[in-house]
Amino acid sequence: MLNKIYDWVDERLDITPIWRDIADHEVPEHVNPAHHFSAFVYCFGGLTFFITVIQILSGMFLTMYYVPDVENAWKSVYYLQNEVAFGEIVRGMHHWGASLVIVMMFLHTLRVFFTGSYKKPRELNWLVGVGIFAIMLGLGFTGYLLPWDMKALFATKVGIEIAASVPFLGEIIKTLLAGDSTIIGAQTLTRFFAIHVFFLPAALFALLAVHFIMIRRQGISGPL
Amino acid sequence: MSKNRVTRRQFLTYTITGVGGFMAAGMLMPMVRFAIDPILQTKEEGDFVQTSQKAAEITEVPVKVDFSYEQTDGWYKSEVADAAWVYREGDQIVAISPVCKHLGCTVNWASDPTHPDQFFCACHAGRYEKSGVNVKGTPPLGPLDMFEVAENDGFLMLGKKIANTHSN
Repeated sequence: MLNKIYDWVDERLDITPIWRDIADHEVPEHVNPAHHFSAFVYCFGGLTFFITVIQILSGMFLTMYYVPDVENAWKSVYYLQNEVAFGEIVRGMHHWGASLVIVMMFLHTLRVFFTGSYKKPRELNWLVGVGIFAIMLGLGFTGYLLPWDMKALFATKVGIEIAASVPFLGEIIKTLLAGDSTIIGAQTLTRFFAIHVFFLPAALFALLAVHFIMIRRQGISGPL
Repeated sequence: MSKNRVTRRQFLTYTITGVGGFMAAGMLMPMVRFAIDPILQTKEEGDFVQTSQKAAEITEVPVKVDFSYEQTDGWYKSEVADAAWVYREGDQIVAISPVCKHLGCTVNWASDPTHPDQFFCACHAGRYEKSGVNVKGTPPLGPLDMFEVAENDGFLMLGKKIANTHSN
């Protein structure tokens, strides 16, 4: 049945080469954990992506209930966590996944560093990876404020003060982040929400695409 | 051993699809259940709401009775205004909901000069008899809803919405 549908589409659109390009690629022996168990370190990048996908999905579902407004943000989070079925699970996935994605990304960075995979010709991909790292930290920072509880508020106050300590530009960066020169409040929350769900994810998708295209172009780096 | 031996590739395809499907289901099941919660949530039945209409003053001519009640909408609680058209029918009090059964506009009693003894919806000229039964040939496909009624200390109380009990 599925095969027939596939053949019908393939006969007309010739899609086999397209997904072959995506799915069919060489996995050298030295990165295959079935050959050398220690090669599991090569899984960290894929695991980071897997958790990122979970973050995107759970985040999409959370916005069905969440309101980025000082009056209602905490109440809507309380409601979705305690009144909606599986709310605790879905919020938990996003909450714990946020930390896990940083851990996995860090392990992936260590693997790339200690296998020397950043060396020529892969310097550009290391740079893009650093960009992804920064975006992930930005997602973590902006997402932390959204529940609008005391921990979120004071963490953001500290974070914005750190940003304000940048020489010369500090005050401008602070106002730009907070939406107000003195208050961390209503405007900060909507800004952080917009950055968290639109701007940073868009940048993340672009960099991830570049990251993966470069891997496919250059192949996996050789054994140690 | 049957003739169709499962090849190594087939075996891998099946196990990977199975394990992958199981993982995907484990991820998606909570999220989907979370998203469809509104259709599975059970609502508590509303209590009777006190109005400021004296029951003894209700006549056979429908009058609009405004009332309000506390509504819980997710995390948001608010006082919501609503209204009913109330009249006496024998020894019974009838309370008709003003929400048009065509597309949900608000109907008024006798607001159409050519039909002074009917409910009229200004949106698409839908009309209803005093009983709430829709006039054939106008847009509404069913009769107006009714409220359960009760009396407390001489004042009218309105309960939850019920289907119109007047027959077509």
